Amino acid sequence: MRIYIIRRLLLAIPTVFLVSLGIFFMVRLIPGSIVDTMVAECIETGTFMPEEVRATIEHNLGLDVPIFQQYGRWVGVWPQEDGSFSGILQGNLGKSLWRKIPVAKEIALGWPITLELGIMSLIIAQLIALPIGIYSALRQDTWGDYIGRSFAITCIAVPGFWLGTMVMVFPSIWWGYTPSIFLIPFTEDPIGNLKMFIVPAIVLGMALSGITMRMTRSMMLEVLRQDYIRTAWAKGLRERVVVMRHALKNALIPVITIVGLQMPVLIGGSVIIEQIFCLPGVGRLILEAVIQRDYTLVSGLLILFSVAMVLINLVVDIAYAYLDPRVHYK
Amino acid sequence: MADSSSERLAEGKRHSFLVDFVIRLVKEKPLGTVGGIITLLLLLTGIFANFLAPYGVNEPTASILAPPSAQFWLGTDNLGRDILSRVIFGARVSVIIGLTVVAISTLLAIIIGMPSGYFGGKFDLIVQRFVDTVMCVPDLMLLLVLISMIGPGMWQVIIVLGLRWGIVGSRVIRGAVIGIKENMYIHAAVAIGCPTTKVLTRHILPNIMAPVIIQASVQLPTVILIEASLSFLGYGIPPPTPSWGGMLSGSGRTYMFKAPWMAIWPGLALALVVYGANMLGDAARDLLDPRLRGGVGRYGVREKKASLSKPKTGDDL
Repeated sequence: MRIYIIRRLLLAIPTVFLVSLGIFFMVRLIPGSIVDTMVAECIETGTFMPEEVRATIEHNLGLDVPIFQQYGRWVGVWPQEDGSFSGILQGNLGKSLWRKIPVAKEIALGWPITLELGIMSLIIAQLIALPIGIYSALRQDTWGDYIGRSFAITCIAVPGFWLGTMVMVFPSIWWGYTPSIFLIPFTEDPIGNLKMFIVPAIVLGMALSGITMRMTRSMMLEVLRQDYIRTAWAKGLRERVVVMRHALKNALIPVITIVGLQMPVLIGGSVIIEQIFCLPGVGRLILEAVIQRDYTLVSGLLILFSVAMVLINLVVDIAYAYLDPRVHYK
Repeated sequence: MADSSSERLAEGKRHSFLVDFVIRLVKEKPLGTVGGIITLLLLLTGIFANFLAPYGVNEPTASILAPPSAQFWLGTDNLGRDILSRVIFGARVSVIIGLTVVAISTLLAIIIGMPSGYFGGKFDLIVQRFVDTVMCVPDLMLLLVLISMIGPGMWQVIIVLGLRWGIVGSRVIRGAVIGIKENMYIHAAVAIGCPTTKVLTRHILPNIMAPVIIQASVQLPTVILIEASLSFLGYGIPPPTPSWGGMLSGSGRTYMFKAPWMAIWPGLALALVVYGANMLGDAARDLLDPRLRGGVGRYGVREKKASLSKPKTGDDL
């Protein structure tokens, strides 16, 4: 097991390196560089000569050195202007180019919102998915099962951005209710904060619950046909005991790992949901950063998310082995 | 149910693969059949959009923001365009994106996945690190950056989506190849001096068709949904081309309180199509994946495999 973890971590190193390389150059290849935008802004307002302004801006942003040197500085293997090493390897993501504040701080501002949204929608997703998935498996090929499965696919099929829009539109037309546009901090008004997050979390949780529901159903179906379940029935145990004590425990192990699979859905979904419900989270931050060509902010966010994905997948795989003694990794 | 296919074989009724698949779909999977019909309807709507749509795609009429009526079944938008016609033409965009992206990504997945799985070793290790790289960047964010790199548009979306899903999908193809490459018939082909390209195309490729088809049918709804999400965020198909996602953004959101029908119908059409394509994909997986065939659970499958492998062992000897 220890060898497996070490192997996985070693394999993650080239992946993360390639990701950093890809992200860095991809983001800088976006046409319409930040310097152009800034120069245009300066010409509109200021009186400087464009060429001088351009050079100063480029120098201030650290964009005047060769691109490989920029990459080296960003990663932290090439000295900065003052001769010190400060990059990702030193835990420094640099400063955002527009607001000139550390990327880590930008992310720290949006992070709690995205995290709260993500955790709430994960919980809601499981609350919807597990009972329906289990019921669907217990009553396989009945009308209840068909309805449950159709509901699961409906959850996946209904686009989040459409459902979000509908949730905004119809309550306001019918009851004159509009969700708050301003963020209510949890520390000031916990109930108001939860009220504010519950609707976006349900919309985001729908898509997740569909996946979990299907997974729960197929895992339950597999477990219910095992010999030890037959034994449990033969002992004359009640259905509740067979399902809850014997089947569910084993069926849920793979379902737990689905959290890893749900991460991209969750992250991608939060970009859209935050946009619709005007939540100033990380998802909105990245959209803004891409539009503003804020290179350091986009690359910082992308690398953080990618490393998080790698780690979550690793943790999920390890958790799987711990929870299910039959699983052995080589 | 499990014996139906073998019975048919015994009767000598042999259909082509596609016909056989459709027969089994209708017989065994009612939900999958519904999904198939929805997908077929989408395809036909996309192809015959010109004949079905009552108005032109960007044809302005006199009534602006008209609610649904006998003249405009689904209402009109802020420029006086008929929503029904735009939803119908939006189907064409979804069909084009869905089919081309799935075709590109399937081809790419085979091109990457097959050698990676077959040759294994260092080659596999290196190729898979690149696949890992693409896999671990959250898809929507990767697509946002890529699209802003090459600009929004139909072809750009097709290329970017095809690349992303092709590379990620190659993992499954690789797994399938690894699963069959130790079979006796592959060793036999190599032993009689069959060139590697021929082993790959003649012996491996036909035997991984089931996972290839399953993958393609699972990707179809995902791709359609992602295109809509991108268009919604303004990174997909630019207006005035009617994309279901794009119709929900921009003016669709500006006027959503005044004219909710502008936002309802494209989303509903999208949900219906993704629902249908998902149902079809599920049914295809159930019918084509030998591990799931018959649905009698692990114990039953093991029994069936034993009975199936009897004639095979004869060949091996």
